[in-house]
Amino acid sequence: MIRACALMDLPPGEAVRIVGPHAPIAVFNADGVVYAIDDTCTHQDASLSEGWLEGCFVECPLHAASFDLRTGEPTCLPAKRPVRTYPVRVEDGVVYVEVEVNKDVA
Amino acid sequence: MKTIAIIGASLAGLRSAQALRQQGYDGRIVLIGDEVHLPYDRPPLSKDFLLGKVEAVPLADQEDLDELNAEWRLGVKATGLLSAREIELSDDTTVEADGIVIATGGLPRTIPGTHVLRSLDDAIKLREAFGTAQHIGVIGAGFIGAEIASSARALGKDVTVVEALPTPLTRVLGAEMGTACGHLHGDHGSTLITGINVDSVNVDGGINLADGRVVDADVVVAGIGTRPATDWLAGGPVNLDNGVLCDAGGVTNLKNVVAVGDVANCAGHRAEHWTSATEQAQVATRNLLAGETVATHTRGGYVWSDQYGVRIQFIGRATDDVRVEDGSIEDRKFVATYRDGENPDDIVGIVAMSNARLFTRLRRNLK
Repeated sequence: MIRACALMDLPPGEAVRIVGPHAPIAVFNADGVVYAIDDTCTHQDASLSEGWLEGCFVECPLHAASFDLRTGEPTCLPAKRPVRTYPVRVEDGVVYVEVEVNKDVA
Repeated sequence: MKTIAIIGASLAGLRSAQALRQQGYDGRIVLIGDEVHLPYDRPPLSKDFLLGKVEAVPLADQEDLDELNAEWRLGVKATGLLSAREIELSDDTTVEADGIVIATGGLPRTIPGTHVLRSLDDAIKLREAFGTAQHIGVIGAGFIGAEIASSARALGKDVTVVEALPTPLTRVLGAEMGTACGHLHGDHGSTLITGINVDSVNVDGGINLADGRVVDADVVVAGIGTRPATDWLAGGPVNLDNGVLCDAGGVTNLKNVVAVGDVANCAGHRAEHWTSATEQAQVATRNLLAGETVATHTRGGYVWSDQYGVRIQFIGRATDDVRVEDGSIEDRKFVATYRDGENPDDIVGIVAMSNARLFTRLRRNLK
């Protein structure tokens, strides 16, 4: 479990990118619900945290691939493969992301 | 429709086939491509492919191909449109179809003695040539030329870029932002020479400039634009003028023939962009199946370019009224908007360097 950011630094509609010994992770506040997914688009090298958030979907800023934040599944081309999703916990105003579960892949 | 033939098996052609299936067309699809390769993505060719980081990046995996259930005629060139329903191929066969999608793309303009970079085979040759060369000359400082120059620098080559215009990319981004992009070459140790024409390229390398100067180069690449690949349509039933003449929905003068991608001149505009190829495929195939123009293209005009570690993004159209909204040109990280000449509050274009987040946000406000 890693600390991503303070919840107040992640208002609705915003995203943060967190880097560390894991693959870069994008954390989104989608209308009050916080989600974490792999930051790198599965199509080509672009940061999803810089993408456009609409409801529970984020559109890649480079080629407009779209992903469902809840499942990581792409909803349209050009992306084919899902991004990984990570469990998120908000405690005492701090956003935590569970990365251990997937660290063998990273 | 029982058979639809798609001529051109790259991005626009493949996306057309996929769009047809998405729209429920379950007839026969024949995909004709002059390259022997299954569809691959072209943008990486000037970047990670030249650097040796990736090989050909497929546009469709086996599952996609299976779903398409198309007949592939690869390594075969369309040599003529004999009628609105019959295509002649280079292997002396013909294909009959009720509907035709023209997606033959563009052909790179060339100068004798130079490499070009359009196809996978071009890229393989260029990558090989880079192997032993030290001095690389690039003619044309547009996006493709700049990306090749950037890749060559990353490989440790000495790079000289020659541009005929006083500033690069003027026609796309305007002079001010074109200048900003041109600075990236110098920032990273490439030499940019502007405002001079190329006279010729020597067989054993070296670029002869119109003013008598000679640019040292073992390998010379021309990135000087493309022309629509319509030679095979000359004298046929489809109207041509700077590409295949189409209405705003990609429909030609024949209702059962549409054109998509770089080859299509839609309502007076030929968009040579990756995203346009995808978007046009959706619209044009819909019109093809409908038998009339029921949908028209939106003129997005989105382009991106990765060079020297900087990501340039542009959408819309450039005007003289360009304003930096965030960051600074000096930092090579900014977002600027182009304003309408009559209504300066209206944003008609956006350009960004390494600020995808704000670019993405602003493009929602584009008029």
